[in-house]
Amino acid sequence: MSLDFIIAAIITVVGLTTPILLAGLGELVVEKSGVLNLGVEGMMLVGAISGFGVTVFTFNPWLGVLGAAAGGAAASMLFAVLVLQLNSNQVATGLALTIFGTGLSSLLGLSFTGRIIVPFLSVFPDWLAKDPVWRLFFGHSPIVYFAILMIPLTSWFLKSTRAGLILRAVGENDLSAHSIGYSVVGVRYAAIAFGGAMAGIGGCYFSMVITPMWAEKMTAGRGWIALALVVFAGWRTGRLLAGAYFFGILMALELYAKASGFSFLPSQFWAAMPYAMTVVALSFISSRGTAGANAPACLGKPFLPSS
Amino acid sequence: MSATSETARLQLTGITKRFPGVLANDHVGFSVRPGEIHALLGENGAGKSTLVKMIYGIMQPDEGEIRWNGQRITVANPKAARKLGIGMVFQHFSLFEAMTVLENIALGMDAKIPQRELEGRITAVMSQYGLKLEPQRIVSTLSVGERQRIEIVRALLLNPSLLIMDEPTSVLTPQEVEQLFVVLRKLAAEGCSILYISHKLHEIKALCDTATILRGGKLVDTCDPKVETSRSMAEKMIGGSLKDIQRGASRGFGAEKLKVQSLSLAADGPFGTALKDISFTVRAGEIFGIAGVAGNGQNALLLALSGEEPNLDHASVTVDGVQVGQMHARARRGQGVASVPEERNGHAAVPIFSLADNAILTARDRLGMVRAGLIDPKAARTYAGEVIEAFAVKATGPGAMAESLSGGNLQKYIMGREILQKPSVLVVSQPTWGVDAGAAAAIHQALVDLAATGSAIVVISQDLDELLSLCDTLAVINGGRLSKPMKVSEAKIDEIGLLMGGIHGEEPAHAH
Repeated sequence: MSLDFIIAAIITVVGLTTPILLAGLGELVVEKSGVLNLGVEGMMLVGAISGFGVTVFTFNPWLGVLGAAAGGAAASMLFAVLVLQLNSNQVATGLALTIFGTGLSSLLGLSFTGRIIVPFLSVFPDWLAKDPVWRLFFGHSPIVYFAILMIPLTSWFLKSTRAGLILRAVGENDLSAHSIGYSVVGVRYAAIAFGGAMAGIGGCYFSMVITPMWAEKMTAGRGWIALALVVFAGWRTGRLLAGAYFFGILMALELYAKASGFSFLPSQFWAAMPYAMTVVALSFISSRGTAGANAPACLGKPFLPSS
Repeated sequence: MSATSETARLQLTGITKRFPGVLANDHVGFSVRPGEIHALLGENGAGKSTLVKMIYGIMQPDEGEIRWNGQRITVANPKAARKLGIGMVFQHFSLFEAMTVLENIALGMDAKIPQRELEGRITAVMSQYGLKLEPQRIVSTLSVGERQRIEIVRALLLNPSLLIMDEPTSVLTPQEVEQLFVVLRKLAAEGCSILYISHKLHEIKALCDTATILRGGKLVDTCDPKVETSRSMAEKMIGGSLKDIQRGASRGFGAEKLKVQSLSLAADGPFGTALKDISFTVRAGEIFGIAGVAGNGQNALLLALSGEEPNLDHASVTVDGVQVGQMHARARRGQGVASVPEERNGHAAVPIFSLADNAILTARDRLGMVRAGLIDPKAARTYAGEVIEAFAVKATGPGAMAESLSGGNLQKYIMGREILQKPSVLVVSQPTWGVDAGAAAAIHQALVDLAATGSAIVVISQDLDELLSLCDTLAVINGGRLSKPMKVSEAKIDEIGLLMGGIHGEEPAHAH
């Protein structure tokens, strides 16, 4: 294998990883607050179309990314109102959000089909990325760097800030947090909005970077992989980064298998691998006993502060 | 100092709180002086919790006024209460299991304090009051007594001038109770008022200066517990005369009914307790009590005895001479084993099922409620009706949803459902947990009556008073091991307390 091939492979992996890393990180924060939002796929699609649309109208990809974040967050707020205010079932509502997001993005996307934007690629000067090895560091879309930067930031937020401590407390024991005097619903709104924004940015990576055009269902189920990733990572940010790149490699293998460059196993096998690995990781976590305690105790439960 | 001791620290006048269909507090008023330990006494549902929730700002009164050091105030939320200097230690700890002691305490603080400084202040408070805790421990690894200490430290860090303690001793060993009382007395001596909620009368007599008694949301009396007898306070509390357990004259034990031999069971999940080599026997007519602090294997033991967790060793459990170790719950029921788990809603009964349907769940085989795979609803309804009648369950009838019953009534129904099946062996866990004194007395009487008919009964309870008054034989479970059984008539509270704390025989060298 030549150096060029390895570099190309790495760049492919980075491209595949970034959306699930963003969406997974958002979902991790949401789940840490005790809410299970299965609507990641839907929010990614809404983000993809809003990012694309804003870029088409403003010709500014930075505004496009902001638009994607806003679109994802707006979609997540729909979920938040239903789940937090009306105490609807989180699993069903999350699934509904995915269906809704898929449909809404298709509808909004009708007028954008066939349009192409300038892909939101590296903002570094060209000479920096000329050398193939340098390209590894300076050849990516700003979204890639943003995703990687968000990992230590989120980790620091959850571990070392008071707001992060409160967020974890709300996910760990909502009734206690409420009785101490924290606003459980408020914290969860904020977490869900963050999760929506991150999923939105992850989604716009498809429409603004990978293929700078709109196509229906272009996120192709990556939202589900992001959900699996959170579980695979055991709700830890560091492991989420490692897990995202691991899943990215698996997805790259799937692509190469599809392109039949080399295929000692069918592409479907690689497509199923992230989910299979999540099951393996889950059984590994639960067999180790205490490590499983990292799952937020209130995950997916409605908050009913009646007593 | 003298100026503050003249005005009451806390004064409630005409406090009223309505919930749909219930008057939780009906013009309640009392006052607490600085440095006073004031008991708030009453049965479950008497309105104690509602009252303190209004003082702590979790709820707002519909009528009435709260005065704090003479000033009329509105406590908008717990944060406002803490700002005033009101601290509260909850009955059900508001702790976060997967977090450290330090994080838990930091969460209870309103001001943002750097971790280093907070640790220093925690250490200072702990040494001042002799409360021992390791700040970096994860809460899920701590004992109940230690968890309570976190709550107390959390409250004390705010320098409260009123500390509300909601049923603080319900989960503590007698020794831990003593240590708690030392802390509370020291606090009171420093001028902190304490509002102490309990229904344990001897504790109130030992600790409190004044007692306010509530019944059905109304103030019954404010009295001096040192002058009153436990009995007189209890009668004010329940509004009638107290019934003692009636026992038959001769209480000889019959043949061996339940034999448990070297029963072991792996822990269920990271927070479960494994059972280690448990052996005991219960004879016909005997009530065998198992004492212990929560989380020492009581749940696992109940599951192992009821058959929800069958054992690999078939000889580990024997009923009437038949080995049942590997049998599941249904097969064991066929052998005459009935059980009542601790959790009423969701384990002993399905909340959204009617009482008749709940009867089918455990009585279908023994009482023939299912024929050729089809439920006989008439039989179920008749049986549920019998239980309701025999145990004076307040319910609209066999068709009432289990969740519509109050805790005490549902517990009476569940106990009745098992007892009227005339089991050969009955295993019950926390039979009167959260049940008012009237219902508790009825349940105790029913257990004694069942034993008199020749059944063997195992009672697992955290309430030592209950076990001492109910049981013939007593053993203590600690860390999944069962102590040697002792006769209740010869048992010493101190010794039981030490066993509950996991100390076997020797002096508690560094009891904290």
